[in-house]
Amino acid sequence: MKTKKQVLRQAFKAAFPNTIPIFAGFTFLGMAYGIYMNAMGFSFLYPMLMSLTILAGSIEFVTVGLLLEPFDPLRAFFMALTINARHLFYGISMLEKYRVPGIKRFYLIFGMCDESFSVNYMADIPEGVDKGWFQFFVTALNHSYWVLGATLGGLLGQVIEFNTKGLEFIMTALFIVLFLNQWMKEESHHSSLIGLTVSAICLILFGSDGFIIPAMVLILLILTIFRKAFAKAGVVR
Amino acid sequence: MTMNVTQHIITILAVILGTMATRFLPFILFPADKSTPKYVEYLGKVLPAAVLALLVVYSLKDVEILTGNHGIPELIAIGVVVSLHIWKKQMLLSIAGGTITYMLLVQFIF
Repeated sequence: MKTKKQVLRQAFKAAFPNTIPIFAGFTFLGMAYGIYMNAMGFSFLYPMLMSLTILAGSIEFVTVGLLLEPFDPLRAFFMALTINARHLFYGISMLEKYRVPGIKRFYLIFGMCDESFSVNYMADIPEGVDKGWFQFFVTALNHSYWVLGATLGGLLGQVIEFNTKGLEFIMTALFIVLFLNQWMKEESHHSSLIGLTVSAICLILFGSDGFIIPAMVLILLILTIFRKAFAKAGVVR
Repeated sequence: MTMNVTQHIITILAVILGTMATRFLPFILFPADKSTPKYVEYLGKVLPAAVLALLVVYSLKDVEILTGNHGIPELIAIGVVVSLHIWKKQMLLSIAGGTITYMLLVQFIF
């Protein structure tokens, strides 16, 4: 029988190497996010607490903008819902894998950002390592890197004075890279192209303040209508 | 009109609620002992690509194409991100390269 301490140490040792690439990415992006938020006039407490409680990079960048606009929590809620809608599909993919005992399961779902999802989804957990604790450490380590980066960025922004004009492009660059990664990995580009075209048309028709929800609905509608045709064309197996 | 701290907190709580809804809903809707509907499985495969495309457009929504500098700095910086990423496939390099290019362009040239 292994003691609890041994189980934990073994799971940590197996989980940690999987999170090293995320460490680099999250501290870098987190710092940029913290500096950006600071440049927009917020104390380091904002990026620190937001990275701790929201733990979703895209919506955290978007929230900075929302905090500078007139008070509208309902809009903030729906923005979070639409921008993070992809989590619904992570969840569906993890229904089986995240079936672990105890309160860990709650934390795994709470902390299911893109990176923790992909590491836990792809991970080959070694024989004998506790699955639940492995997934817990992956999630908790990634979470801590993100909070660390955002907090450091917020503090750094207060100490160092430099011209941050144009720093907001980091969000665009992040999304383009995520999109390219998806593009290079997918067998057919139907969904990517539908997403691009529909969003661009909706932006022109509805303007920058109100296009995201019509675009989301239209994308869902088109993907639903052409489901059979896509199956025939071999877009999805 | 700028918000006060209470309104900030309420806005952030709304964002947390929206985010957590997307993470917890599947586990509430599809308990592990029931099978997931085929339609939902299909969406799980095709939707992420479209949502990423939507986010790209979203992040460019305020670019003025008809006025100002006509989105030229954005276009150049996007070119840098895409080229770097196709060339090196290093996520951080592509993001840093594109962002620094953009900052230099809007601070010194445009």
